[in-house]
Amino acid sequence: MNDMVHLIEPLIPALRRYARTLVRDRFAADDLVQDCLERAVSRWHQRRRDGDPRTWVFSILHNLAVSRFRRQKRGPVEFAIEDTADRDVSQIASQDKTVEVQDMLRCVDLLPEEQRSVLLLVGLEDLSYTQAAEVLGIPVGTVMSRLSRARDRLIELMDGGGAAQPSKPLLWRVK
Amino acid sequence: MTVRPITEEELHDFVDQTLDVRRKDEVAAYLDTHPEVATRVAAYRRQRELLKAGYAHIADEPIPPQLNLARIIERQRRPALASWWAAAAAAVVLLCTGGISGWSLRGVAQSPEGIAALAEEASASYAVYGPDHLRPVEIKASDRAELVNWTTQRLGRPVAIPDLSDSGFRLMGGRVVATAHGPAAMFMYDDDHGTRLVMFARRMIVDLNMPMAPLSNGNVNGYTWADKGLGYSLVGPTPPERLHPLADKVREQLSRET
Repeated sequence: MNDMVHLIEPLIPALRRYARTLVRDRFAADDLVQDCLERAVSRWHQRRRDGDPRTWVFSILHNLAVSRFRRQKRGPVEFAIEDTADRDVSQIASQDKTVEVQDMLRCVDLLPEEQRSVLLLVGLEDLSYTQAAEVLGIPVGTVMSRLSRARDRLIELMDGGGAAQPSKPLLWRVK
Repeated sequence: MTVRPITEEELHDFVDQTLDVRRKDEVAAYLDTHPEVATRVAAYRRQRELLKAGYAHIADEPIPPQLNLARIIERQRRPALASWWAAAAAAVVLLCTGGISGWSLRGVAQSPEGIAALAEEASASYAVYGPDHLRPVEIKASDRAELVNWTTQRLGRPVAIPDLSDSGFRLMGGRVVATAHGPAAMFMYDDDHGTRLVMFARRMIVDLNMPMAPLSNGNVNGYTWADKGLGYSLVGPTPPERLHPLADKVREQLSRET
């Protein structure tokens, strides 16, 4: 039991952060983390003893999120428009984040979900490529190609303004 | 010395700092002479920094009370009777509607694996098979040897079939049933007035030895305990004052036989 507390408790801040990137709404994200923790506690004995607890808990969280998305797709839309509008962006703005950071988060939102989760697990949560592959249940090669596509797409979006800043002129580099 | 060609993947390794020192230097040297690639790699790096900056505040927030791990563990260890009855009812509904995917649903996800889960599983089996008039048991009492053989094989250890005939309950037969924690043996009894009892047993992962605990939801009563790694639950509509001595008798018989 103590083992479990020592290994899982320090992961909670990172789990909350990753959940928030998946679900946006703060309360829904914490609900997801709560489900994840409950499941981790009840299945603690079923995990591979030699496995990495961080990878294991993140994969529980990821799978819960995926099954929730699936349910939501079939059912009525649960996130109202205003939820998506004022989600993290307003929070960040209120916390005086730089314009560049805001741009970045907006661009990350524009990525396809499969690329976004790889980017966040690797770039934000510092998982290794192998760990990210395990969490997402995909081969490492797929992690690499999604990561590469995500980063290149972000360059385009940030640079060209993309949908984030459509008013930014595209010709400024031309002499 | 010739340097191995730099791969696209290694550019990401470089950004994510997963290269060994020597290779890192080689990539750095390559970037020095390839400014366009260097610009791209610098952009990847900047992305990392911005991501971290954008989301850092979330990990710094105080943890909300619902995510208190000690409390979650405590709740799963000693679940309130009411909550696991609700979960048992949910399990029955899911079983009846064939909603296997439902097991990942919230209520069930909270179910602990110990003796409370066992009680839940036993009452779910009672709710499903107790009212069944077509095939309440898979193997009849007349094939007792076969029933013992089947349950022993699936549970990986022998489970004795209690004899309740002195108390007016005749063995009807039994079957192996599925639980989230492995196969369980279910034996069913009835008296001459249509009252059925379910005796349920499976291997325990936690709560290897537990004293007998009652359960009740108004219509159905039960007693659950664990002995030397096997968990047992006796469930039926019989009032507690009558069911309790039966459970004691079952426990006594089983402890003699194992």
